[in-house]
Amino acid sequence: MSGMLRQVHDALLDPAGIGDGEISSLMARLLEYRLDFADLYFQYSRHESWTLEEGQVKTGSHNIEQGVGVRATAGEKTGFAYSDDILFPALLEAVTAARTIAHSGSSFVAPSAWRQVRALDLYRPLDPLASLEDGEKVKLLEQVEVEARRQDPRVKQVMASLSGVQETVLVVRSDGMQAADIRPLVRLNVTVIVEQGGRREQGSHGGGGRFSYQDFLDHGAASAYAREAVRQALVNLEASPAPAGTMKVVLGPGWPGILLHEAIGHGLEGDFNRKGTSAFSGRIGERVASDECTVVDDGSLSGRRGSLNVDDEGTPTQQTVLIEKGILRCYLQDLLNARLTGVAPTGNGRRESYAHIPMPRMTNTFMLAGKHDPAEIIESVDRGLYAVNFGGGQVDITSGKFVFSTSEAYLIENGRVTRPVKGATLIGNGPDVLTRVTRVGSDMRLDPGVGTCGKEGQSVPVGVGQPTLLIEGLTVGGTQGA
Amino acid sequence: MRESGLAQIPVTTADRLRGLVGEVLEEALRQGASAAEASASVSQGLSVTVRLGAVETVEHTRDKGLGVTVYFGKQSGSASTSDLALKAVRDTVRAAASIARYTAADDCSGLADAESLARSIPDLDLYHPWNPGADRAIEIATGCEQVARDADARVQNSEGASVSSHEGLEVYGNTNGFLGALSATRHSLSCAVVAREASGMQRDYWYTVARDVRDLESSESVGRRAAERTVRRLSAQKLTTRQTPVLYEAPVASSLLSHFIGAVRGSSLYREASFLLGQLDKAVFAPGVRLHEQPHLRKGLGSAPFDNEGVETRERDLVSDGILRGYVLDSYSARKLGMQTTGNAGGVHNLTIQPGRDDLPGLLARMHTGLLVTELIGFGVNTVTGDYSRGAAGFWVENGQIQYPVEEITIAGNLRDMFRQIVAVGADVDLRGNIRTGSILLENMMLAGS
Repeated sequence: MSGMLRQVHDALLDPAGIGDGEISSLMARLLEYRLDFADLYFQYSRHESWTLEEGQVKTGSHNIEQGVGVRATAGEKTGFAYSDDILFPALLEAVTAARTIAHSGSSFVAPSAWRQVRALDLYRPLDPLASLEDGEKVKLLEQVEVEARRQDPRVKQVMASLSGVQETVLVVRSDGMQAADIRPLVRLNVTVIVEQGGRREQGSHGGGGRFSYQDFLDHGAASAYAREAVRQALVNLEASPAPAGTMKVVLGPGWPGILLHEAIGHGLEGDFNRKGTSAFSGRIGERVASDECTVVDDGSLSGRRGSLNVDDEGTPTQQTVLIEKGILRCYLQDLLNARLTGVAPTGNGRRESYAHIPMPRMTNTFMLAGKHDPAEIIESVDRGLYAVNFGGGQVDITSGKFVFSTSEAYLIENGRVTRPVKGATLIGNGPDVLTRVTRVGSDMRLDPGVGTCGKEGQSVPVGVGQPTLLIEGLTVGGTQGA
Repeated sequence: MRESGLAQIPVTTADRLRGLVGEVLEEALRQGASAAEASASVSQGLSVTVRLGAVETVEHTRDKGLGVTVYFGKQSGSASTSDLALKAVRDTVRAAASIARYTAADDCSGLADAESLARSIPDLDLYHPWNPGADRAIEIATGCEQVARDADARVQNSEGASVSSHEGLEVYGNTNGFLGALSATRHSLSCAVVAREASGMQRDYWYTVARDVRDLESSESVGRRAAERTVRRLSAQKLTTRQTPVLYEAPVASSLLSHFIGAVRGSSLYREASFLLGQLDKAVFAPGVRLHEQPHLRKGLGSAPFDNEGVETRERDLVSDGILRGYVLDSYSARKLGMQTTGNAGGVHNLTIQPGRDDLPGLLARMHTGLLVTELIGFGVNTVTGDYSRGAAGFWVENGQIQYPVEEITIAGNLRDMFRQIVAVGADVDLRGNIRTGSILLENMMLAGS
């Protein structure tokens, strides 16, 4: 047993007196029924958050979440039960409930020996909560506040939050594989409200990833977040109403990659495509983007918020090319959908916690760099919108319609970025929006580590990224008619 | 398939949770806290999904949890755990106490004032266990989905029908002497199908939810409406950019009121992060609009006899004749604003906008020409400025009649103006949530399209 697997067994199983023998006997119970696959997902998570407002860290919280999810699948059916006690009798009860999805009569033999998934090594198994003294965490937030306030006297409110989680997981599968992972995740966020002549606007920035709090201090990242939040808020103080209608849109690099997440990412998830409910169903090999566009999902990037050494089903993550020079190549798969559609899993089986059923989810989704100078892309536009920061987005995967909302955008007039405009929702059609991408910049960038994706009530951390892009026509939902 | 029924939460569990909360409060005081509050909960349930006539998932849920906040004078810390064993409980109190040592003293922090706490806890009839068992739940979901699939030849695919039944018990107590328990059930049936024709695919859904299974809409009705709502969206067009009246169908109209709640919530006000700052006793809605909070409705989905701090909840007008009469406050934000808590720690309870006389066809006639919105997507709402811009789908209406479905458009405005431009509220009240509203007609918005 490797160091990681040993360490995770020690943390999750030993306190409950559960060993490989008990695990084998639980798996044998499951496999008394006619299943195709079953797994146990053990999880222990510690989470903390500290929040500052009005110059003071007034509240903090600490949460412990632990439990085991038991899943049994037969054909397209999934039986699922969980226990928030890691105790043998509770596990046995969950096993009994989950397996009733199938008929009794075993189809294959329970594993007698366990093998170990060779996991990646993308982050250190550290405990972020212990990476700074509590007093230092408070001081970090106070520094962020001071940095924000000293930028400009118009800063009226500063809200900052620091959070960290350490998630220890063990996946035990009916094919005899075990996979373990210890996942740190930290996040620092700053929101400011500025005021001028009775008008108020806000700006927000932050970042994070699978590392320790120390990383926020090392390169002055925390202070940079504060300055960026103030800058955005001040830009918005000058913003005039956004235009309404279809126009050319230039998206900035990095976080605007939420475009890819909404417009195509969700629509390429394996569950929707197996069921034929996605606007992308049955379109592998077809053109869904211009030649300039190559889009990947990559859970194997070092230290990124959306990265995983193994996914939540024990499959190592990988780089999956979704769109290659405009042609749709691949969907994102978990084990169930890969099995049912006869393709290989892509390491995208994820779940919010032990109490949730895994499904195909994105990790870090981004477009590769193109050949155009970003400045020349803007110069090529007569009249349009230049959008560099966004709030959230959403998609209807069946009709393909998606939205994402700007939080920092400007008008482009005669090839020049002129004045800022208020937040507006952009709406488009996923399967054809990328066919109208005519220029892709050379400035590919990933987001700072702030994304959270929701699907069927489950939230998971994700990343996005892209270079500067020109979309020939996208509907901008402002209030100002032409 | 074997029947795996779900057991009722036994009475002894309530006693055990009461005891646990009491112990946690004592432990906090033992560890030196000057005050503490705690809540403990257990819940269990069953959800099944049937897709294309076959079982897709059978999910058994069972959760428990404990949360505690400790006060050392004006410093506070919180912690929670899903492990209710004695050692874990002590560690949780210790974790909260440890955080409190590092937080700043805050004059406004602390428990709700003793005189605001609920003295009696009325039975609001929220607990109606059902325990259908997986087989019965599957049978209902199968029937529902079949109705939807048989309703129209264009319904060619499905995301399935789901039945879920959950029950939970929560106990809250604090060192000002409050200890209250609340048990509640929630059952639902939903169905989502996909229709297809040459123009492409559309998906839509319908659902019903209630405290008591006898109050659910029939599975035939849910299936039929899911199919109708899906098929009517086929061949949707894009509209050109224009100014237009907009009618929000009741199921999406509630979002407008939730934006209002976001702006009159204490935390938005004391942070000065609201477009409704300083609007108390001023006109924020069109004349005649009444928003009414009814926390004690029997079987109500938002009903609660006390809020998350043990404060008695009370019936009140939040808005009457368009004028803002009160805020949505917990004790912390109330103290920050120099006001009294309104019993809204955790949110509002059954917020109702006074319905008008017109049903949906009546409102369509009244609008004459404009946009009927049936779906909104995205998060383009700014509570600080009131700026509003969201993706929409629905129908273009002329002469009071639906002409054709529309999609890939946005509607935008500022909530301050939108609230004042409410022309009518429908009699078609949607009772499926904590916000109860009929369809809402707005005078004018900017629609962006091609």
